[in-house]
Amino acid sequence: MDWLQLLVFPAIRALILIFVLLTGFAYLTWYERKLLARFQVRYGPNRAGKFGLLQPAADAVKAFFKEEIIPNHVDKPVYLLAPALALVPALIIWAVIPIAKGTPAIADVNIGFLWILAVAGIESYGIILAGWSSNNNYSLLGALRSSAQMVSYELPLGLFLVSILMLAGSFSLVDLVEGSRQWWEWIWLWLAFPFFFICILAETNRSPFDLPETENELVAGFQTEYGGMKFALFFIAEYVNMISTSAIMATLFFGGWKGPFAEQYIWLGPVYLLIKVLILLFLFIWVRASIGRPRYDQLMKFCWQFMLPLGLVYVSISAVLAVFLK
Amino acid sequence: MQLPLGIEVPIPTFEQFVFIQVALLTAVAGLAVVISRNLFHSALALTLTFFGVAGVYVFLEAEFLAVSQVLVYVGAIAMLIAFAIMLTRSMMYGRTSPLNNQWGKSSLFAFLFFIGLLAFARATPWPAAGEEVVADEALIGALGREFVTTYVIAFEVLGLLLLLALVGAVMLARDR
Amino acid sequence: MASDYLPLLILILLAAGFGVIAIGLPTLLGPRERNNQKLEPYESGIIPFSDARRRFPVKYYLVAMLFLIFDIEVIFLYPWAAVLRDLRLFALVAMIPFFIVLVVGFLYEWKKGALDWD
Repeated sequence: MDWLQLLVFPAIRALILIFVLLTGFAYLTWYERKLLARFQVRYGPNRAGKFGLLQPAADAVKAFFKEEIIPNHVDKPVYLLAPALALVPALIIWAVIPIAKGTPAIADVNIGFLWILAVAGIESYGIILAGWSSNNNYSLLGALRSSAQMVSYELPLGLFLVSILMLAGSFSLVDLVEGSRQWWEWIWLWLAFPFFFICILAETNRSPFDLPETENELVAGFQTEYGGMKFALFFIAEYVNMISTSAIMATLFFGGWKGPFAEQYIWLGPVYLLIKVLILLFLFIWVRASIGRPRYDQLMKFCWQFMLPLGLVYVSISAVLAVFLK
Repeated sequence: MQLPLGIEVPIPTFEQFVFIQVALLTAVAGLAVVISRNLFHSALALTLTFFGVAGVYVFLEAEFLAVSQVLVYVGAIAMLIAFAIMLTRSMMYGRTSPLNNQWGKSSLFAFLFFIGLLAFARATPWPAAGEEVVADEALIGALGREFVTTYVIAFEVLGLLLLLALVGAVMLARDR
Repeated sequence: MASDYLPLLILILLAAGFGVIAIGLPTLLGPRERNNQKLEPYESGIIPFSDARRRFPVKYYLVAMLFLIFDIEVIFLYPWAAVLRDLRLFALVAMIPFFIVLVVGFLYEWKKGALDWD
């Protein structure tokens, strides 16, 4: 029986992926703190190890040895389930992203695009469960805000994905990267990138759209009643989401693993993908350091009265382009 | 495989084994929906049931349907149900009894319905059973093709139906 | 094939496994010093005076309903988008009425003020 092929190899691959993403998360916190420090003319972490490079390890050890507190008033099973539920989608969305020529991270299923959409659709569950089970005013309001914001921005996101799919004509992300695009396609695609990026910022609850966790009005939103490792899991989920969505954007808009000589030397593929992801992550942090938070009504209005109509227009023009120019 | 009472059970293949797990998960979650005393927990169990059904679709090689199931039922409808529970104060307060005075009738109807379904399933010949299904991207493409050719009228009417739903939603939530 | 999806299932299970371990492990490793103040809900330092499981504004519900409807419409676009390049003008024309109905509905709720968050 080929259970080795069927179970063990995919399992090893999945473990490597999870390990890489968690390490990526740890160093993303370092990257962000260093960059934010630079933006604000500070040093950032510099005590643990050279350039503070051991800081993430120290933070991880701290999180594991924190006291576990389960407050009296919470709904215990849901309260414990929520952090794990927040993390899982962030990790599994990677499965269909190609990391080298003909190589998806886990599996090249026929529904690459839809996988991304479906996993993005269940991402808000961790947050809404956390908010409900915590039985805290701040948590509930934060969770409600968050889930309403996430579902709203999912619509323009879906419309942009449909447009990209229309021009590519394939549900597989592997084919998307390997297929060729004409010059006008690239330009049309890049026109959508800033808006796609805005949607992603809202989907990942990143600054300036981090209204669910505004510290000055909602304390930490849905995370208020969480501490120690359970809080860390929400934190990991947010940062892994940043990495995952950066990789998705790199794949959709910037050719994913492609780069000079990546066809000949397979190992160059992941390197190029990493470079592109790092640049996009820089963008996330740059935005955080530069732009202030809007009000919640402005955020929702912006989605429904600007992004969604824009998405509809973009879909219709893409359809016409796909029919007459492809 | 020989069970103690002399019952012969075929050893399931790996795929069947996974299917049994998924089906069990769906059934147990469905049971939890009706017996849970906390309405919010019921809603969560319902979400799990939806996931199980999506899993069954994957076994039927209907990937697009599986994804739609997750997107619409898990991502939107279950969310709507959770929101609806939170809107209703009396239900937010924990424990309600899963039984009311209609439990006898409803369980009778559920049982009869189950018998009916079972009879129906046994009477259907299932011509495609055991055959390889052309599961491909082509299948989703074929679906799109049918939308704009064979079922084009139904497709446009569906757009109207969604429009009606939209108007209804606005009417319900905004009384201006 | 359904077995194409097995690696995805394995990934989901392993990711969930990590979550369970990460939640469970600190209960063994961490210190245990409990008192009642620690276990109370956080309310900016004052004693909590209301249960949080309260009702909330209906506008959140409206957002969820509108999302559901538009989500379905977007899902119907996917199979169509996949064949657009093969069927070309025919598929484009067939989509126009559906799309117009979608836009009309959108404009209606905009005019009705359902998109204003007040």
